[in-house]
Parts: sequence; structure tokens; C-alpha cells
Amino acid sequence: MAIRSFFLFILFFSSSLSPVFSLYEDQVGLMDWHQQYIGKVKQAVFSSQRAGRKRVVVSTEENVIASLDLRHGEIFWRHLLGADDVIDGIDIGLGKYVITLSSGGSILRSWNLPDGQMVWESSLQGPKHSKSFLLVPTNLKFDKDNVLVVFSNGRLHAISCIDGEVLWKKDFEAESFEVQQVILPPGSDLIHVVGFAALSQFEMYQINAKNGELLKHESASFSSGFSGQVSLVSTETVVALDSTGSILLTISFQDGKISSQQTPISNLVEDSLGPAVIIPSSVSGIFAIKTDAVPIFIRVIGKGNLEVVEKTTHEIAVSDALSISEDQQAFALIQHASSEIHLTVKLAHDWDGNLLKESVKMDRQRGLVHKVFINNYIRTDRSYGFRVLIVMEDHSLLLLQQGEIVWSREDGLASIIDVTTSELPVERDGVSVAKVEHNLFEWLKGHMLKLKGTLMLASPEDMAAIQSMRLKSSEKSKMTRDHNGFRKLLIVLTRAGKLFALHTGDGRIVWSYLLRSLHKSEACQSPIGLNLYQWQVPHHHAMDENPSVLVVSRCGPSSDTSGVLSFVDTYTGKELSSLSLDHAVVQVIPLPYTDSTEQRLHLLIDADKHAHLYPKTSGALSIFKREFSNIYWYSVEDQNGIIKGHALKCKCTGEVADEFCFDTRDLWSVVFPSESEKTIATVTRKLNEVVHTQAKVVADQDVMYKYISRNLLFVATVAPKGSGEIGSVTPEESWLVAYLIDTVTGLILHRVTHHGSQGPVHAVFSENWVVYHYFNLRAHRYEMSVIEIYDQSRADNKDVWKLVLGKHNLTSPISLFSRPEVITKSQSYFFTHSLKAIAVTSTAKGITSKQLLLGTIGDQVLALDKRFLDPRRTVNPTQLEKEEGIIPLTESLPIIPQSYVTHALRVEGLRGIITVPAKLESTTLVFAHGVDLFFTQLAPSRTYDSLTEDFSYALLLITIVALVAAIFVTWRLSERKELQEKWR
Amino acid sequence: MAPIARLLLLALLSTALTISSGSGDGYTINGRVKIPQGLGTKGFALPGKTSNVKVILNGGQIVTYLRPDGYFSFQNIPAGTHLIEVAAIGYFFSPVRVDVSARNPGKVQAALTENRRGLSELVLEPLRDEQYYEIREPFSIMSVVKSPMGLMVGFMLVVVFLMPKLVENMDPEEMRRAQEEMRNQGVPSLASLLPGGGRN
Repeated sequence: MAIRSFFLFILFFSSSLSPVFSLYEDQVGLMDWHQQYIGKVKQAVFSSQRAGRKRVVVSTEENVIASLDLRHGEIFWRHLLGADDVIDGIDIGLGKYVITLSSGGSILRSWNLPDGQMVWESSLQGPKHSKSFLLVPTNLKFDKDNVLVVFSNGRLHAISCIDGEVLWKKDFEAESFEVQQVILPPGSDLIHVVGFAALSQFEMYQINAKNGELLKHESASFSSGFSGQVSLVSTETVVALDSTGSILLTISFQDGKISSQQTPISNLVEDSLGPAVIIPSSVSGIFAIKTDAVPIFIRVIGKGNLEVVEKTTHEIAVSDALSISEDQQAFALIQHASSEIHLTVKLAHDWDGNLLKESVKMDRQRGLVHKVFINNYIRTDRSYGFRVLIVMEDHSLLLLQQGEIVWSREDGLASIIDVTTSELPVERDGVSVAKVEHNLFEWLKGHMLKLKGTLMLASPEDMAAIQSMRLKSSEKSKMTRDHNGFRKLLIVLTRAGKLFALHTGDGRIVWSYLLRSLHKSEACQSPIGLNLYQWQVPHHHAMDENPSVLVVSRCGPSSDTSGVLSFVDTYTGKELSSLSLDHAVVQVIPLPYTDSTEQRLHLLIDADKHAHLYPKTSGALSIFKREFSNIYWYSVEDQNGIIKGHALKCKCTGEVADEFCFDTRDLWSVVFPSESEKTIATVTRKLNEVVHTQAKVVADQDVMYKYISRNLLFVATVAPKGSGEIGSVTPEESWLVAYLIDTVTGLILHRVTHHGSQGPVHAVFSENWVVYHYFNLRAHRYEMSVIEIYDQSRADNKDVWKLVLGKHNLTSPISLFSRPEVITKSQSYFFTHSLKAIAVTSTAKGITSKQLLLGTIGDQVLALDKRFLDPRRTVNPTQLEKEEGIIPLTESLPIIPQSYVTHALRVEGLRGIITVPAKLESTTLVFAHGVDLFFTQLAPSRTYDSLTEDFSYALLLITIVALVAAIFVTWRLSERKELQEKWR
Repeated sequence: MAPIARLLLLALLSTALTISSGSGDGYTINGRVKIPQGLGTKGFALPGKTSNVKVILNGGQIVTYLRPDGYFSFQNIPAGTHLIEVAAIGYFFSPVRVDVSARNPGKVQAALTENRRGLSELVLEPLRDEQYYEIREPFSIMSVVKSPMGLMVGFMLVVVFLMPKLVENMDPEEMRRAQEEMRNQGVPSLASLLPGGGRN
């Protein structure tokens, strides 16, 4: 009894801490890592400040503006604009403000260059949609104010650089006028606006930059019309293409008079065939066209005489012009050779001479150069040096200087499409191990330091030593499998079509591979990666095989273009093989079967509703045939609001006999009335989720059986009116309906309507429950609801005998007309924040309690115990229920700051949260990705099966030593005492 | 035109008003985020950095940043009931419900959704600051005593020092019997000290 109460006493102390996930500040970085990215650079502007650190300001396709350190490529500051607020242009004003134009030219913002603080914001309206231009003249002043010139939405604005005030504006209301260029000739107070009107009219407006007064308006008509863009070759000359793309028009408007000259391309290039396109560039005197994917550089001599200067067959990238002195412009040109790139810097008026010619070795996995930005600096010997920033096909950003790569950023990781994991190799002889283990003395020394730390005796130097020791721990970044399953490879597929393998220990890139099958080719015009699947996970039979992943991609944006499969080895990062399919890939269904080499069976559904089995081996086919009648799947047609269930019918009855192709049949369909419901979210359980037990013991020794089925689908629909943004609909005309549908029979198991609610809906399905997040318009707050579904048919099975022999739903026929006896319980709570993503923790055996991971609008990830979303919560739980762990019901869900998984960090632009079980039952690995990446380990019910990282072995050792010493001392004392007693 | 615009801007700043009808088809919501000095400055690096504070309309429809003085504005907002959220690391802000009515523009209708408190002007202040880390408690005797190791030592001490006292307080008769028993057994064992164990 005494011992029992003693243990209870210990338990009481160890369990009295409240938040489950909590971190001390010095534990940051021990189990988590955070990486910041920006995305593929669209535009880069170099800061020309003489003093201080050199910076480059960039805007990216992820809609980020960032200021980077030019020396090392680190981020000084970074802002992610809203999804609808796409950046159109950036520039630097007055040397200290970053100016951004966004939202189709309707929002202009100014940011402080050193710290990224927004200075002002102004909204620019206009009569109609148009191209937008942002120009920052260096010498244009207006009452000592520097002026920005912005053309957007059919209106020309002059805006003060200091406070964003509009100084004057001028509308270009002519219905058909389409602006092509806005030109500021240096050293004058004029603005030229040129464009096309009515397809064949060239228009030129000359405007006084001081007050927006229209000085001149000239127009000329060209019967042949125009196509595409224009290229500016000088401040008074533009080059355009006619509508057939075969004649170049050189239009000059010197002194307000329009004159032109026509040159057929065939005069310049003999063997040109197809129509040409103008490649936008701003180098004066030179422009580039592209015919049949061959870039041709053409020089303009005098008034409209054209001359071909270079015709290359290589892939080529050209930078914008950089003026290096009064009348000299330089530009950079990059050409590809096999494993090198050649950088040349030329002067605009002197094509044949090179200012600089360098060759740089380039990793083939980076692909082609997509963009070049040039910057110059003055060397110590007063000559000009050049550095270029290049954007590669894999979205990475590199700085080249003096023939070397100074730094590189893997910004492809900012746009992850899909994630999967792979195990590391098993530790064996010959498998490289990162470092030899410390010797015992060092180990002890380390632990003595730690002990000093816990006893608060350590000096600041000691503390620093402890911290660095903990962070550097070679254990976690080894390249072999560990006992706890913490070390894994995260395989990610990025939008650029590159695969990366990241080590979970420290987030470093182990290998990367630019998928060759995602390269542009004749057959595949614009390939895009879709999904990643685990293809081969050897564990029992094929131990010597390396695991591999399957990358599914297709050749174009629409779903009926043909698909491409690639198989990539996850240890080496090499492509094992790739298959160009002759059918489309609409849906991929990983089947829970593996063949003799542990390759997983996948069923690919094409646009004609044929099912194709992969891998195409006879072994796979025989396994598949055995399970032929057990394979069901569903498809969701968003536009029509139809959900359909499918099954296999027979072999393809096509023209070619293909053993691996099967016809399918529709089993059932659920049609939502299109006038009142629109599908906005569908969620199923994760395929690999493990459920420990079906039974749930409730307070009074009663048992409830969870209704666990892999075939449950959660569907949320809203009123079509309420599918827009919040605030666009009144509570009366909006509702949200949640369904639980069995995907084998098509039976609707549960349906609930939330009146006065609307989307967006974020939902997660696990075990027998679904949690979803939506907006309640009546309360004007977000709400989260939980639905739990229980099997009633087994409710009478109270004891073991009945459990074995009693009633269960396995014997009942599976049909739409036999309703399973289920009951559902649900409850709703308020939740403060908007959500971007939702996930649930998953563990190896499913014993550990679950936590919900909520990606909030502030780009943080909050862990919330599932116990807070328990439909059995009541306002006053009974004593028994309290013992069971039921929390008293509250109106809203608590937000405990210590349970933010991301602690004080932000996962900027959060898009998804992935959880992977570790081998250790208590622990789950969490990977959150957006523009940033974040990884951590979570223990939803604390690490009950292992010692925590900060467990002090030294303290244990000292206690044991002290106990042993005490035993010996007391032994001696008692012996002596006994002796004395005997003498007495 | 320019001076008028400047005057208007001044008027906006001086009254911190919420809604004004904009030049386009929608309305403009102006407001201010105020982070009190001295709140939540402990624990993390630069919590009050206003350059990273985002103001979000309707769950991500529009995102804007703060000006140096804490003001923000949303332009071209249609009439209706909107939701404004403030995302700032280190602070907990309640979302705000803002009514933009077409009938009487300029009228302020804002309320915190967390506690349903109405706002007379759109000045958003954090409800509380957020501590993301546990505070390491300074070294104390109690924490050592409470640790499993401390409990073990404590238990041992109890056995070593209190048990003999208990033995002393026993009836002399019983004591003698116990001693006799002990002599029969030889070395005293722990089992004989425990209740129930000594009766074998």
C-alpha cells in the first residue's frame, strides 16, 4: 500500500503540468528546423547605395518581395502579399524606398529599404483594365518632390515618392487604345505613351511630365496590323511585328512625327519558317526575335535599317540593359554548353567586343538559365566589374562574380506540390556513418556541463557551449536509419519539376534531381508534376532493393493530356525509369497490395474511364485479379456537383489487347441540387492510418464501438451564393451541409445542415471522426465542428463471449438498401482564427491520443488536443466523466500560446501540414510547408516511452553513486554500532 | 486636386475614422493597430516590430501591412459585414467584425468577435501577449525535492531517520520480541521493516 501511494505521489507530480506541447526557449532548434525561401525570382533591382551592405530587392512568383544580402544571399526582410495582390513591378526610389505596384496596377506601396517597414500605400483606380508600368525617373522633380510615373488601368499617374500622393493623372479613355510602352526620355520633361488602337492604328501621346498636360497626339495606321509585344530600341524608336509575324515594323516618332519602315524577316534570315515572336528586352539599339525556338538578335542601324548580329542555336538568356556611364549601356548574355554556362557582358553598341567572358561550371540538375540580372561595381583599379544574378529552371537563384558562384539559394523549395517520406539505409558495415562517437570522457564532460546547466551553476560561456553541443549533435543528422524512426528522408516535388530529398534531422538537401520527364519536349509541351507516391518500400522480401517513389505528371494543364510516370530511387536520387503514357491520368489510386518485389500496385484512371494497372508485371496482374471484385473508388465532379462510385467491369474491349487495361462501371451517384448546393470540400481518411482499437471504454465501464471504415467520405456543400468571400452574403441566404457518404455503396450515413454558415471549409478525417472548420455568419465567428460515428450493431456485445460470437456488421450484406446501425454524435465550438490548413497527428500504432494541427492565418501551426473536440463534453461533467478525461464544455476552443508547434516562428505562406509516424509510438513527425519549411517532432501525450532529450544522465549517475556510498557508510556505521552493543 | 487630397488625408489621420466612401465603387476601411509599449517585450527578439504585422480582411481576401504610425486601410470594399484579423507574432488579437453599410457611409460599426465588445473607432489592440516558451524556473530546493530523484532520496531519509524513531516509540515488550526475531534472522532486511513483511 505504501509503495502504491508512493507511486501515485510521483505520478501526481509528473502529470501536474498543463500544456502538452511546450518548449523552453533554449530547446529551439533541437528537434525542429525552419528554412526561409522566397520563390522563383520575377524581377530584381540592385540597390545602388554606396555605403552599407549591398542589397538586391526581388519580387517572386510566390508573390514575395524581399531584400537580399548581395554578399551571402541571406534575407534581410521579406513580405508576402495577398494571393490576389500579384506584384506587377518593383523599383527603388530615392535610393531608400522600395516601390511595388501590384493587383493589376491598382495598389502602389512604398517600403523602407533598410528594414522593410511599409511607408505608404495608395490605391490607383482607372477607367479600364490595361497593362501596367512603373517608372522611377531619377531626375524628374515636382516641388522638390521626386516623382514616380505609373501607368495602370488606362490612366497615367504621377505620384510623389515621399508620401504616395497623386500629383496629377491623365486618362486614356479611347475605347480600343492598348498601351504598349511608356517612355521617359532622359533629360527632358516629356513622357511618351505609345500603343495600338483598333488593331491597326499606332498611337503616340506626348505628355508634359510636370502637369500631365497632353502636348501632342499622333497616330498612323498600318494596314497589316500588329501582333504581340513591342520592343523599345531607343527612346524614340520601337520595333513591332505585323499580324502575320513575318514582317518587322520599325516605328520611330522623333519630334512627335511618326515614320516607319517595314522589313520582312525573310530578308534578314534566309531559312526562317514559322511566325516570329519578339523577346522583350530593353537594350538600346538591339532587339531579339524568336522563330522556331531559335533566338535571333537584330541591330537597328540609323533609321530603321536592320541587321542580324547573331543567330544562336543554344538556349540563351539576356539581361536588361545597365547604363554604366553617360552613353554606354552594358548587358549580359548567358549561353549553355553541356555542363557549363558561358557568361558574356557586352556593350549595347558594340556587339562583337566583349567586356567580359567567363565560363562557370553549372550543376546539370539546375537546368537552363531562365533569367539574368546584371549589376556592376568598381574594382580597386577603377575598372568596371560585373556580377550577375541568374534564375535557373529549378527556380534557384545564383550570384555569379569573377567566374564563380558566390552563393546560391534553393528557392524551388518555396513551391512544394507534394511530399512523401522514405526510410534511410540500415546501418551496416560499409554504410557511411557521419562521425566516430565521442569517447567516454567527452561524453561525461558533456553531461557534467548539462548538469551544471540544470542546476543553474553554469557561466554564460558554459551555456553557449551546452547550446552548441546540443544543436550539433551528430546523432540526428546521420545518414542511417535510427531505432526511433526519427531520421527519415522527406521527398518533395516542387513546381519546377525537381525532386528534393531533405534530411529530417537538420533539413539539409541530401540529393536533388530535375526530372527529365518534366522537361519540355516535342511531345510534352508544358509538363507539370502532379503527385508523389511511394512505389517500392522494401522491408521483408526485397531487402537489397532501394526504396523508390513514383512521380505522376502530365503534359499540360487540362486533365485529358497524356501522362508521364517516373520512378526515382530515394537513396541515390537517380531516375530508374520513366514511362510516357498513351493515356491521360485523371485519378491515381494506390492499392493496398504489393507484388513480389514490394512494388505497390497503382490503378490509374484515364479520361475515358479506363483503369490501367501499374506495375505492368504478370505478378501484379495475378494479385490484382484475386482482388478484382474488391476494388472500389469514387470521383468528385465539382462543376456538376456529382459524386460517383466506380468499380471494375472487365478487360478493355478496345482495339489493342492490353492485359493491364480494364473497363469500369458506375455503381452509384449522389447528385447535389445545383441551385442550392455546391461542393466545396471532400475529405477521406489517410490510407496509411493505423487504428489501435475499435472499442472505446466510456465512463461507466460501458463500451462504445467506433465505426471504422476506410470508405467514408466527408463532403461539405454550401449555398451557391455563399461560396464567395465572407461579407458577400447574409446569414439568411447561406447554409452549409455536411455529409458522410460510404464510398462503396453510396449510402449517406449522416447529413447535417448549419444554417447561416459558409465556407471555406477545412476538414480532417481520422478514425471514426471528422473535424471541420467553417464560418458562422450569425455569430460572425469561425466555428469548428466534430462528428463522431459509432457502430450500434455491436453495442450489445458487452462481455468477451458476446464480442467473439455476438452480432457485428460483418455478416450484414453490403448494399445501399441495408442501412448499417450507426449513431453519430456531434458538437460545435467557436474558434478564433481563420485556417489555411488542418491535419491530425499520426503515430505508428495509433495508441497515442491525437492532436489536431491547425495552420492559422498568421502562418503558425497550433496543436489542439482532440479531447477539446469531443462531442461528449458537457457543461458539468460527472465525477466519472472527469476521471475519463472529459473537459467541461466551453463556448470556444482555447488557444494556448505554448502549444504553437512553430513557437515564435512563422511558416510564411503556409499551404500544407504533413504528419508522419515515427517508429517510437509516442512521437509523430510534422512537416509544414509554404514559402517556408518547418519540421518538428511532436509527442501528443508526452514521450511516455523514452527519456526526454534534457534528461540528465549525470544526475542519475551521481544519485546512484551517492546511494551506493550511503549504503556503504551506513553499513559501516551499523556494524560499528552493533559491535559496540555487543561489547556492552 | 492635390491640396484637397492632402486635406482629406489629414482629416483621415486626425479622427482615425473607420469607413469612408472611396472614389471607386467600393468603400474604404481605415483603422489603426496599436501595440502598447511594455507589453510582451520580454522573451523574444523584437516582438513589437510593426513591419511584420499583417492585417487580413475576410480570411485572406486582402492582406495589408501597417504604416509606421500603425494605420492601415482597405480600399474598394463592397458594403456588407466583414472580418478583420491581425497577425502579429507575440500578440493575441481578436478578430473584428466591421459593418460597411451602403445607407450611411462613415458610420462606425465594429465589434471584437471574441468578447463581443463594440468599438467606437477602429483601433485594434492586442487582448494579451503570447508567450510561446515555457519559462525555465530558477533553481530551487523544491524543484529538486519534487523530482523523482529527490523523492527517492526523501523516501530513503524517511526510512533511515523516522523509522528508528517509530521503533523507539514502540512498546518495550514488542520491541524485545522484534529484536529477538532480528537476532534469529541475522542481518536486518528491508522486508522485515515493511508492514506485513515482518510477520514471516
